[in-house]
Amino acid sequence: MKRFVLRRLGYALVSLALLSVTIFVFVRLTGDPALLLVEPGASKADVDAVRERFGLDQPLVVQYAKFMSGLLRGDFGQSFYYRTPVLDLYLSRLPNSLVLAAVAMSFSLLIGIPTGILAAVRVNSWLDRAGRVFALLGLSLPSFWIGLVLILFFSVYLGWLPSSGSGTVFHVLMPAFALGWYFAASHMRLTRSSMLDVLGAEYVKLARLKGLPEQRVIAKHALKNALIPVLTLAGINLVIMINVAVVVETVFAWPGIGRLLYEGIAFRDFPIVQATVLLGGSMIVFVNLIVDVLYGLIDPRIRYER
Amino acid sequence: MNASTAVVLADVPRRATRRLSSYPVVPLTIIGLLVVIALAADVLAPHNPEVGALGMRFRPPVWQAGGSAAHLLGTDHLGRDVLSRLIFGARVSLVVGFTAVIVAGLLGVALGITAGYLGGWVDEVIMRLTDTWLALPALTFAIFLAAVMGPSEMNIIIVLACVYWTRYARVIRGEVLSLKEREFVRLAIIAGCSRLTIMRRHILPNVLNSAIVLATLMLGVVVVTEAALSFLGVGVPPPKPAWGLMLADGKRGLMAGYWWLTVLPGLCIMFLVLAANLLGDWLRVKLDPQLRQL
Amino acid sequence: MTEPLLELRGLSTHYESARGTRVTRAVDDVSLTLERGRTLGIVGESGSGKSTLALSIMRLLPPAARIVGGEIRFEGDDLLKKSAREMRHIRGKRIAMILQDPMASLNPLFTVGDQISESLRVHEGASRSAAWSRAQSLLQAVRISAPAARMKEFPHQMSGGMRQRIVGAIAVACEPRLLIADEPTTSLDLTIQAQYLSLLRDLQRDHHLAMIFITHNLGIVARMCDAVAVMYAGRVVEAGPIRDIFNKPSHPYTRALLESVPRLTDDNHGRLPAIDGQPPDPSAPPSGCAFHPRCPQVLDKCKTQAPPAVTVAASHTARCWLHLP
Repeated sequence: MKRFVLRRLGYALVSLALLSVTIFVFVRLTGDPALLLVEPGASKADVDAVRERFGLDQPLVVQYAKFMSGLLRGDFGQSFYYRTPVLDLYLSRLPNSLVLAAVAMSFSLLIGIPTGILAAVRVNSWLDRAGRVFALLGLSLPSFWIGLVLILFFSVYLGWLPSSGSGTVFHVLMPAFALGWYFAASHMRLTRSSMLDVLGAEYVKLARLKGLPEQRVIAKHALKNALIPVLTLAGINLVIMINVAVVVETVFAWPGIGRLLYEGIAFRDFPIVQATVLLGGSMIVFVNLIVDVLYGLIDPRIRYER
Repeated sequence: MNASTAVVLADVPRRATRRLSSYPVVPLTIIGLLVVIALAADVLAPHNPEVGALGMRFRPPVWQAGGSAAHLLGTDHLGRDVLSRLIFGARVSLVVGFTAVIVAGLLGVALGITAGYLGGWVDEVIMRLTDTWLALPALTFAIFLAAVMGPSEMNIIIVLACVYWTRYARVIRGEVLSLKEREFVRLAIIAGCSRLTIMRRHILPNVLNSAIVLATLMLGVVVVTEAALSFLGVGVPPPKPAWGLMLADGKRGLMAGYWWLTVLPGLCIMFLVLAANLLGDWLRVKLDPQLRQL
Repeated sequence: MTEPLLELRGLSTHYESARGTRVTRAVDDVSLTLERGRTLGIVGESGSGKSTLALSIMRLLPPAARIVGGEIRFEGDDLLKKSAREMRHIRGKRIAMILQDPMASLNPLFTVGDQISESLRVHEGASRSAAWSRAQSLLQAVRISAPAARMKEFPHQMSGGMRQRIVGAIAVACEPRLLIADEPTTSLDLTIQAQYLSLLRDLQRDHHLAMIFITHNLGIVARMCDAVAVMYAGRVVEAGPIRDIFNKPSHPYTRALLESVPRLTDDNHGRLPAIDGQPPDPSAPPSGCAFHPRCPQVLDKCKTQAPPAVTVAASHTARCWLHLP
């Protein structure tokens, strides 16, 4: 088990390093990075000052060293607009995004898993077919459009729910629904196919041959096996959700890191943009690591692999 | 399991006793229709999509009070005709979508085959790169790239290709790994073919099936991402009519109840993505039941 | 005279294709008898319907299959008339079944001990600890060393032979009357097969089990079974006591099967004897006697009419026109 964890940790670290290199390279690729790293509307003197500060005329390796040492110290740059370190901004907004993602994820699992199980157990019935159509629609509708339509309905026409901001339960309902919809469809599909696979397995057949009640066969033998891929997906999806929430947060003016990113673009505040990508990517690497380790805990087979 | 492979994982009913139609009528019709519309945009659109009459702002569609036959689907905040913008928007979405998917595919397949076939450190390096890139949240990374490169139609295509090639690479590499063990590859090696030849003539044609299926699935994702980018302002720049941009503009009129500026472009996106997904599903079942796990 | 433990009368099971266009007669008018404590072998090529027969008895058929006729009398009751609930109580408790692939039969996520105790807890309401200790003694009974440690292990940590023994332990846990074994040794190494077979014999003796042994291996049949039924294209073409069948096979198919087993003393000029032709397509069997295209003694009648079961000797029947005047 230990070797397993160490190995995964090693992979994660390599990924993080590559991540930083990628971002670094892309910023430098576009001609004059100074123009990005400087405030909009700066004078030539300012541009030169920035060039000096980031050592942009020095060899790439040196620049990268500066960049990395900054990152490791927690210095992700300073926001032009807010005049505070970006890391602080990011961390202050992160909990909001987590809340939104948590609610959206709960919603997607509460809808996705039971419908997936139902569709699998009643495969090819009208329930199953309806579920599949549902899933297809969910996967085809962009989340921000769902958000906009929801606002149209519930805020403009019905006046029941607030269209922006945060603070009460009513504020989180629409954004969470819009965000979670796609994932509900994806979870439903995966649950269904995973369940179908498991229901056809020999050990399920044997469980039935043992004379176990069907409820038990499904709930104990089939479900646990079937849910492994689904929960893995859900764990990974949580972080994806946080990052994909950019547009939903923008639509609803939800004060999370997605909206922060939008502000970064709208105000041409590059440090925010760069930091968000770095931090977002790091989060995903980190979560992948945790999910891998958890997977190893649940499924005893994984632990004993190389 | 990793972020994007997990997201791409979907299912096709295995024990389905449903009939598989010989032709995927619905998706092909939709896509075909959109292609025709995009090609004939100049002829079909009643007005210039980029110029509007300020006196005709926020007109509703023809069937609502205040609408007129001159603007069947209404006008936007600058008085531009919605129908014309939707028609030209099809062109933008399709061009960007198809090109990005193909470029990403070329890149991803090439790298996937190289990594899978050559193995060893080449494989490790490429895979670490792929995994890292996969770890980057697609939308965020796309936004970052777009911010760095500046908005233009061309740049967006490059951005999308850069973000999504990884989806192909991972899957294709997996396929190549199992293909490597097959008889005909061994025979080619014994016959003395160079590695490049084997990759090109033996491996490539066999992974094309998966690549095509992936491409159709990616089309939907790419279209939605492009719409999101345009919505946020880092995609296709105004005044070009992209559906995502129309949604952004539509937001201005949302609280006033000007629903057609939001609902209509969204429906267009939905139809295109739906068609792409349906086509992808159909292809998956048709081409090879093995591709189910895609 | 005591009634037989299991009696099949004219059992027929059909598979329907998705559109209802093709009907496959997987099991066609099968009649068999099995006495308590005895072993019946069922032999046939793949596609002959052996496994479907076993699943029909257990009434655990896939949705596309249906039992369309006949009776399954177990201890006097017709199983086909039982409700789902009643069948559930019979499965595992009074009739048990072993499948071919031991790795796939065991749930990878649960410990061995858990999987054995489960039957005891469900069927006999045993407490957790009681079931656990009984499961442990079962492991001992199937000759697994260090049973206490093994109980807490997972299936993938064990060898194929051990897993098959565990499957055996699960099967006899609730002391069933009948054990159906569907090709239990096919996926085991040859060296382990013999051990496993002797284990099954011992289990049978200790628990007064009747067994149905499904296999395509005549050698195993000769060693393990008291009686044998030969299946072809869903029908029992010959059935009888083991000695009779081996010494005086009455059906051309049985004869051909026996001849195709290579012997060390054979001198066939280097060629292995085989039965000409291919097994029939189950969904479109030949008319009349299904074996007629491959039969060396075929008569005209065989091509159009399917022969009924004829008694050739005591308890020995064969479906062949050759034996009818």
